[in-house]
Amino acid sequence: MSTRVGVVQFPGTNCEQDVAWAVKVLGGESEMLWHGDATVGTADAVVIAGGFAHGDYLRTGAIARFSPVMDAVAEFARAGGPVVGICNGFQVLCEAGLLAGALQKNAGLKFRCETVELRVETTATVLTRTAKTGQILRIPINHFEGNFVCDEATLKGLQENEQIVLRYVDNPNGSLDDIAGICNEGRNVVGLMPHPERASEAILGSDDGAVLLRSLL
Amino acid sequence: MSFRAQPLIRFEARIEVGHRPGILDPQGGVIERALPALGYGNVSHVRVGKSIRLAVEAPDEAAARAQVEEMCRRLLANPVIEDFSIEIFSAETV
Repeated sequence: MSTRVGVVQFPGTNCEQDVAWAVKVLGGESEMLWHGDATVGTADAVVIAGGFAHGDYLRTGAIARFSPVMDAVAEFARAGGPVVGICNGFQVLCEAGLLAGALQKNAGLKFRCETVELRVETTATVLTRTAKTGQILRIPINHFEGNFVCDEATLKGLQENEQIVLRYVDNPNGSLDDIAGICNEGRNVVGLMPHPERASEAILGSDDGAVLLRSLL
Repeated sequence: MSFRAQPLIRFEARIEVGHRPGILDPQGGVIERALPALGYGNVSHVRVGKSIRLAVEAPDEAAARAQVEEMCRRLLANPVIEDFSIEIFSAETV
């Protein structure tokens, strides 16, 4: 039986169909999870797709955290269910307290939209288990607020527990310690700024994102 | 003992949300570099934040302040990157 991926859709989310398509191409099934419904349905894994949830008013992800679906996502994560937040989804997971730190405006104050190189730092997560440590992946970024920050103690914890999942080879946004993606202590919740769904087929210029998404399936 | 409800007073809260010390403020940096171009070479420490105003009804100023502080911690500011300060005015003086 193929894995069923629940794709969370807030008002303002705009990458949910891309994620669903990539999941389909890779042999999985998907279902949309509307933000107003406090359930993750029959999903085996949850992806919070990118976009501008609730217009990113106040702060990115600040309002999305209060959507009913987030209670269900938090419960699913607590039970060990795989949860991945891509771009805006990463910001939502940080605001919801499911991941450490926060994402602020890019250091250069520029919206960065380009393909970047990422280094896989650990394969012991739900998103990297089919990758190789040290593997370089070419995946697009598309964000204004991807500059990861946290306090020193938190950074030390992330480093020591190997919770830094992906690093930028050439840091595009000022992120602390070149962080492009992190996971929680349980390693079942992963957030990343790059968009693996936009690099899931060769026709898109790179299918390196498939290495990550396949780990979920 | 009286169970009469305490009358509520309307207060205005002015909240400033800014970056925590040590957190990069790219907008402040850009403005700081722009001002000398207009001849203001004597400017430093530019920080850009948010101003939020709201009206709140509470029995007294302390209660209003406590509630607004809670709002800041729970929603209006992200304690990972932001600090906040609060000023409370009674409606008459606003």
